[in-house]
Amino acid sequence: MNTYAIDLSLKPTTFDLWHVCLAGTVALMLIVLLLVMVIGRMRCKKKSAMQPAEPAVKIVEVEKLIQAPAPEPVVLKEATPDAALQLLGLLQQEARFIDFIKEDIASFSDADIGIAARVVHEGCNKAINEHFTLAAVRSEQEGSKITLPEGFDAATVRLTGNIVGTAPFTGTLVHKGWQVTGIRLPKLTSGHNAAIVAPAEVEL
Amino acid sequence: MSDLPEQAQPETAVADKPRQTGTRFSVGIDLGTTHCVLSYADLDRIDDEGFSPLVMAIPQLTSPGSVEEKLQLPSFLYLAHEAELAQDSTALPWIAKPDFLVGEIARNLGSKTPIRLVSSAKSWLCHTGVDCKAALLPAEAPDEVGRVSPFQATTAYLQHLRDAWQSQHPNAPLNQQDVVITVPASFDPAARELTVEAAHAVGLSQAILLEEPQAALYSWIEKSHGDWRKHAEVGDVILVVDIGGGTTDLSLIAVTQQEGNLELTRVAVGDHILLGGDNMDLALAYTVKAKLEKDGKRLEPWQLQALTHSCRDAKEKLFNHSELDNIPLVVASRGSSLIGGTLRTELTREEVNRVLVEGFLPKVAVSDRPTSRPRTGLRSAGLLYAQDAGITRHLAAFLAKQQGATDELKDINLPEHASFLHPTAVLFNGGVLKAGALADRLMDVLNSWLRAEQAPEARLLTGADLDLAVARGAAYYGYVRKGKGVRIKGGTAASYYVGIESAMPAVPGLSPEVQALCIAPFGMEEGTQQELPDDEFGLVIGEPVRFRFFASNTRREDKVGTRLNYWTNEELDELDEIEITLPEEGRRPGDVVPVHLCAAVTEVGTLELQAISQKDQSRWKIEFDVRAGE
Repeated sequence: MNTYAIDLSLKPTTFDLWHVCLAGTVALMLIVLLLVMVIGRMRCKKKSAMQPAEPAVKIVEVEKLIQAPAPEPVVLKEATPDAALQLLGLLQQEARFIDFIKEDIASFSDADIGIAARVVHEGCNKAINEHFTLAAVRSEQEGSKITLPEGFDAATVRLTGNIVGTAPFTGTLVHKGWQVTGIRLPKLTSGHNAAIVAPAEVEL
Repeated sequence: MSDLPEQAQPETAVADKPRQTGTRFSVGIDLGTTHCVLSYADLDRIDDEGFSPLVMAIPQLTSPGSVEEKLQLPSFLYLAHEAELAQDSTALPWIAKPDFLVGEIARNLGSKTPIRLVSSAKSWLCHTGVDCKAALLPAEAPDEVGRVSPFQATTAYLQHLRDAWQSQHPNAPLNQQDVVITVPASFDPAARELTVEAAHAVGLSQAILLEEPQAALYSWIEKSHGDWRKHAEVGDVILVVDIGGGTTDLSLIAVTQQEGNLELTRVAVGDHILLGGDNMDLALAYTVKAKLEKDGKRLEPWQLQALTHSCRDAKEKLFNHSELDNIPLVVASRGSSLIGGTLRTELTREEVNRVLVEGFLPKVAVSDRPTSRPRTGLRSAGLLYAQDAGITRHLAAFLAKQQGATDELKDINLPEHASFLHPTAVLFNGGVLKAGALADRLMDVLNSWLRAEQAPEARLLTGADLDLAVARGAAYYGYVRKGKGVRIKGGTAASYYVGIESAMPAVPGLSPEVQALCIAPFGMEEGTQQELPDDEFGLVIGEPVRFRFFASNTRREDKVGTRLNYWTNEELDELDEIEITLPEEGRRPGDVVPVHLCAAVTEVGTLELQAISQKDQSRWKIEFDVRAGE
C-alpha cells in the first residue's frame, strides 16, 4: 500500500500557474469579505434610522425592540410576552378559546362539544381574520408535484422523506403552508394588563 | 374660496417646512344613526376625472385598554361608572382620559350594561316635542346615572372624528379644511341647526350640510368617473332609497336639460321613517326566541342580545350564500363553562324570507298605505319608531304623495293616468340593501307598480359602495362646490309656515282658528332670502313670543305671504314651536315694536328666520330649538 506523506512546511520553490491562481483567489475572497462587512454596517444604520419615533402619548407599542445582544456565539430571539398575551385575550374575547381549552371535555357528548366548537370556530375565524392577513406559502394544489430550484428558502419550504441528491428537488406538495402577510394588533394603553386575558365578570 | 391665506404665506416659511395653511382637503363626514364615517380627498392633487377619496381609519377604544383603527365609528356613547374601568385604560392616541367613551367600546360595554348606553342620538335630534339640549339619554337610565343630551352625544362623535383627524394630519387642522356633514333629507330645520351647532362646538364653524341621499348620488357620479352621463338621461327621475341601521330615507332627483347640459334637481324628500337594519335583526331574534320558547326554553335578556348578534351574522351568510338553507345559531353561556351551557338553534332561509323579505318588503299595491295606530301615553318617553314595518308601503305612500313633484319640469312627463310619480331609475344606499334578496324584492315591487300603469321598468344604478358612499359623496361635494363637476340643485325640501290666529270673535270653548302664513317657499336656494313686509306683527320687548310652526313637503306653489285657512294633516306637518324674544337693549320693557318676518337659507344649508323692525331695520333671530314641554 502506498502512503503519501505531505510536508506542510514545504514552501513552493517555483511560481507555477496553480499558485498564482491560489493567491488570486485569496485576494478576491478578502475583498468580498470586506465588501460584505461594509454593506452590512450600512444596512444596520439604515434600519436604525427607519425605526419610527415613539409617540408622545400613552399608547404602548406591543412589540418591544429586541436589545442588540452582546456578540455571543448563539443568538436566540426572545418572544415578547405582551403580544402573545394579547392574542390569547383576543381569542378568548371573540371565541371563548381559553374557556374551551381549559374545560374537561371527557364527560361531554360529541354533540355538546360540537355545539361549543361552533362558538370557538366562528369566533377564532373572526379574530384571526380581523387581525391577521393569511396567505398560502405555495399556491399550487396540495398533492401536486412541484420542483424546488437551487437556493430555495428552506425556512418557507420544509423538505421531508427521502432527502438525497442535490437541488433542484422534485416532490409532492403535502401542505401548502401558511404565512402571515399583515398584522393589525390593537395598541394597548399604559393601564392595560395584558396578563388578564379575560376579566372576571360580576353582574349587579 | 379661502385661497387667499395661502398666497399671503411668506415664502421662507414654505421653504423651511412644508407648512400648510388654508384649505387643502375636502372632508366628508357621515354622521350616521349607527355609524360615523369620515372620507377625504386632497384638493391639491385632483385633476378633473381623478377624484378618489380615501376613508380615514378611525382609532378608537374597542375594549378597555385596547385601541384599534376601524373605518367606521359606531355612533354610541357609554357613560361609565367611576369604579367600572381601570386607571389609564381609556387613553386614546390624542387624550389620556376622554370625557365620554364613544365608538366600538361604547357599543361593547353597552351591550352588557344597556342602562348606561346612549344610542340613536341622531334620531332624537329631529324628535318633535323634546328639548335636544336637555340631558335625556339614556332614556332608561336610573336617576343616578348622569345623562347627556342628544346634542352632547352628537358633539362627542364629531369631537372624536376631529381629534382622530388632527392626530393623523397635524399640519392640516380640520377647522381649515372644507368640511361637509351629511344629514337625513328628512331632517327638520331645528335638527339641521342643531347639527351645525354641534359642529361649531368642536370648532368646525366652516362646516356645511348636505342631504344624505344627495351624497349617495354624488358618490355614484364620482365613482362613474364621468360616465354617469351615459347612464342617466333627460327625463329620468331617480329614486334614492337609503335604508340604514336605524332609518329609511327617500328622495327623488330629476334629470333635466339646460342649454345642452344635464342638470340634477332634487324634487322631493320623504318623511323621517325610524325603520332600518336594526329592526330587521331584532325581528329575526324574536322569531328565533319564539321558536325556542315553544320548546320550553326560556331566554334571558342577555341571551336575546347575543341572539340578535348571531342573527345578524347568520342573515348575512344566508343572503350571500344561496346554497345554504339554514345556519346554526349558538348562544354561549356566560360562565367559563362553555360546553353544555350553550344554547343551540338555527335560522332557516324560510324564516329569513318570511320575516325580512315578506315582513319588511311585502308585495303590496301602490294604493296601499302604512297603517298607523293612535299613539298612547307620553310621546317624549321614547323615539317614534315607525309603526308599520312595511318599507314598500312607506314607499308607495311617498311616491303617491309626491306625484306632482315634477309638474314644473318640462323635461319630465308623467302620463295622465298615473296614480304615483314614476321613477325611471333607482339608486340604493345603506348596508341593508347589500342583501341581494332585499334589493331584488324592492325592485320587483316597484316595477310591478310601474307595469300596472304601462310605464317602463325602473333600472338600478349600480357601482355604489353602500356603506361608505355617503361619506365619499360628501367629500366629493366639497370638490363640486369649487365649481367642478355637476351640482344637484334643489333648495329647501319643504315650504314653511307660521300659525297666526285669525281675527274672529272669540267663541267660548273653541280655540281660535289658526291660519298658516307661508314664510319660506318650497325650493329656496342656499344664500337667498325672502321678506314679508306686508304682514306686520307687534312684538313686546322682553317677552318671549311663540309661533306655531309648520312645514309641507308637497305644497310647491305657495308663495311667501300665502295664507292657508284650511289644510289636511297630509299637507302640513306641525313642527316644534319657534320663539323670539326681543332684547331690552335701548328700549323700554313692555314697548311694542312692529316687525315683519324674513326667511333665509344660509350657505351652510340651514333655514334662518328673523324678525325685522319696521322702524329701524334692526334684526333679531328667531330660535328653532325651543322644544315643547319646556
